[in-house]
Amino acid sequence: METTFFKHLSVGTLSALLLTGLTPTAGAAEAPIKFGFPIPITGEIPKVGESTKLAAEMLQEEVNAKGGLLVGGKIYPLEFIYEDNESKPDTAVNVTLKLIDRDKVLVVIGPQSSRQAVPAAGVADDNETPLITPWSTNPEATKDRPWVFRAAFLDPFQAPVITDFAMKQFQAQKAAVLYEISNDYSKGLADNFKEAWEKKNGPDSVIAFESHGPKDADFSSQLTTIIKADPDFLFLPQNYSFAAMIIRQARDLGFKKPFMGSDAWGSAELMKLCGDDCKGQYFSTHYAAAGATGATKEFIDKYNKKYGYVPDDVAALTWDAINIALQAIQDGGRVEPNLAAERKLIRDNIANIKNFKGITGDMRFDDQGDPIKCAVVVKIDDQGEFTFVESVCPK
Amino acid sequence: MDDTNAIIQYGLNALQLGSFYALIALGYTLVYGVLRLINFAHGDVFMVGAYIAFFVSSFLLSPEGLACGQTTAFVLTLVLTTILTSGVGVTLERVAYRPLRRQGAHRLYVVITALMCGILLENANLALLGASSRTLPDLIHKEVINWGGVTITNLKILIFMAAILVFVLLQTIVMKSRFGMAMRAISWDPFAIPLMGIPVDKIIVFTFVMGSGVAGLGGLLYGMAYVKLENTMGMMMGWKAFIAAVVGGIGDIRGAFLGGLLLGAVEALVPAFLPSSYKDLISFSILIAILCLRPTGIFGVPLTTKI
Repeated sequence: METTFFKHLSVGTLSALLLTGLTPTAGAAEAPIKFGFPIPITGEIPKVGESTKLAAEMLQEEVNAKGGLLVGGKIYPLEFIYEDNESKPDTAVNVTLKLIDRDKVLVVIGPQSSRQAVPAAGVADDNETPLITPWSTNPEATKDRPWVFRAAFLDPFQAPVITDFAMKQFQAQKAAVLYEISNDYSKGLADNFKEAWEKKNGPDSVIAFESHGPKDADFSSQLTTIIKADPDFLFLPQNYSFAAMIIRQARDLGFKKPFMGSDAWGSAELMKLCGDDCKGQYFSTHYAAAGATGATKEFIDKYNKKYGYVPDDVAALTWDAINIALQAIQDGGRVEPNLAAERKLIRDNIANIKNFKGITGDMRFDDQGDPIKCAVVVKIDDQGEFTFVESVCPK
Repeated sequence: MDDTNAIIQYGLNALQLGSFYALIALGYTLVYGVLRLINFAHGDVFMVGAYIAFFVSSFLLSPEGLACGQTTAFVLTLVLTTILTSGVGVTLERVAYRPLRRQGAHRLYVVITALMCGILLENANLALLGASSRTLPDLIHKEVINWGGVTITNLKILIFMAAILVFVLLQTIVMKSRFGMAMRAISWDPFAIPLMGIPVDKIIVFTFVMGSGVAGLGGLLYGMAYVKLENTMGMMMGWKAFIAAVVGGIGDIRGAFLGGLLLGAVEALVPAFLPSSYKDLISFSILIAILCLRPTGIFGVPLTTKI
């Protein structure tokens, strides 16, 4: 994709120069294409916001270094606008609206966590603006919203992946779950998991199904209930920061069984908060940085060189999400002067993408705007790295 | 784990959580007892205390800093955090509350100022240190003690001991010492007391030193127990501790201590018998019921003779 893009670009630059003839500055004068990012820069998952921004900035630099994006013979620079959603649903709605109405962005990328993405995507859909959430896995975000897309797989797909893996790896029959009650992602995945697990292991095989609030720091009571029930493993559909705290407290309370996590664990911050207690645990995610090849490896190396650490799944999915939008813009072949018409064009083009080769895997979109793609299970090894264990694809 | 053991375990969990509420509630109650001021910045002073503990301990432990041993680092962090956090509390008093008091502003304005100081501390932290959370380095070697399924860590014992010790100390100071007598006297009649030759400002500063120092200690222990520090951590703890102080009878040291433990117990025991999703709902319903029965709290008396 890189090479064809470059070829197009150089041909385009040439033709643009030829067309504009004596006024070479005219090519650079196109109004920029604006992308809006309502992302969690502060709040409970700041690392997610940071990863998003760093990945976006890297991509923007790369495209703008060539002058911008080539669409229908003209070159449009990219302008990215970042807004902090404070990891809160209400702020996410406000800043998304601000990006759509005041900044007049063409496409919204984000929010990341389902907790913010579900309400914010509703706003984008109402305002007929295409929105791609890179990381949200809750089905509600895109459901019956023609303007909303995502780059990640869905929780109803992730839940059976976790179920099958835990049954095979731990020979588990009894599962316990601890989830965050006010978080659409956590609650949704917990419910999906319960359904998937009980389908395989019989009713009431999820023997403890506990929850906690968004500001809690002490989980000892819930964990005591779980330990009393004596499950074969504990499933934590949690953000990395809660997962780390829960695992430490569970070990202090004498819980010796393994933990299993979901894609929200996959942050560079997890090991910093968790220490040795997280080593040896498994979680399902979008991609495994260790052992990647091809375009994925290229991306990881570039990111690592620029920022000094291995990109997490958020960064990779953000990269894919922006590229999906860029491809849709190029597929349009022109940039409509009317913003509403251009937004409509982009929406239709995203929906029509047949096969997108992303760094988190190949994907195409179903009629709900959800990608059909594979999941991977990774293990946290003794160096604290997330190593590939297996890949599970939709049948 | 059988049922008896589980109940003991829930009880031990309650003690840790309750100890934190008690430590912060003590600070609320001290200041209220003297000034009739609800110091809403107190939860954020607790947060600042935790961050001070983070910086002090990181400096003491890191090879580029002083490279102390773990025990030395812990003792020094404890002392320095308490002193420095006291400084934060006193600064707030000097910069924000005292000028208002001098001008004879109504207490309500001072309370609002306190609320704003809290928000200011939170956002100053965010602006200066950024949004990513910090983790306190290990200051004691953690040991898990296990009696037939019931577990407790040495840290939990330390936290509970600290809460009891602080409670006894404050109760003794307020009820037995001359300083304490002066504190109680100011709360009795703030206008007559200066005429008796009692240095009111000095007593008030001393009150803030005690309250904030205890919050600093709480912040350090909280960081050691829950690991993750963030700029909003003081908000929820502050609110809950304030509720604990009110339920115990605000202005009364025993009330703050018992209120804290009670809130911890309710929060830890509700999930033992009911689904944990109802935890806060039931916990706070119980507290409202207690306040309906005793509107002045457990130890409170409906007169102006508190502390």
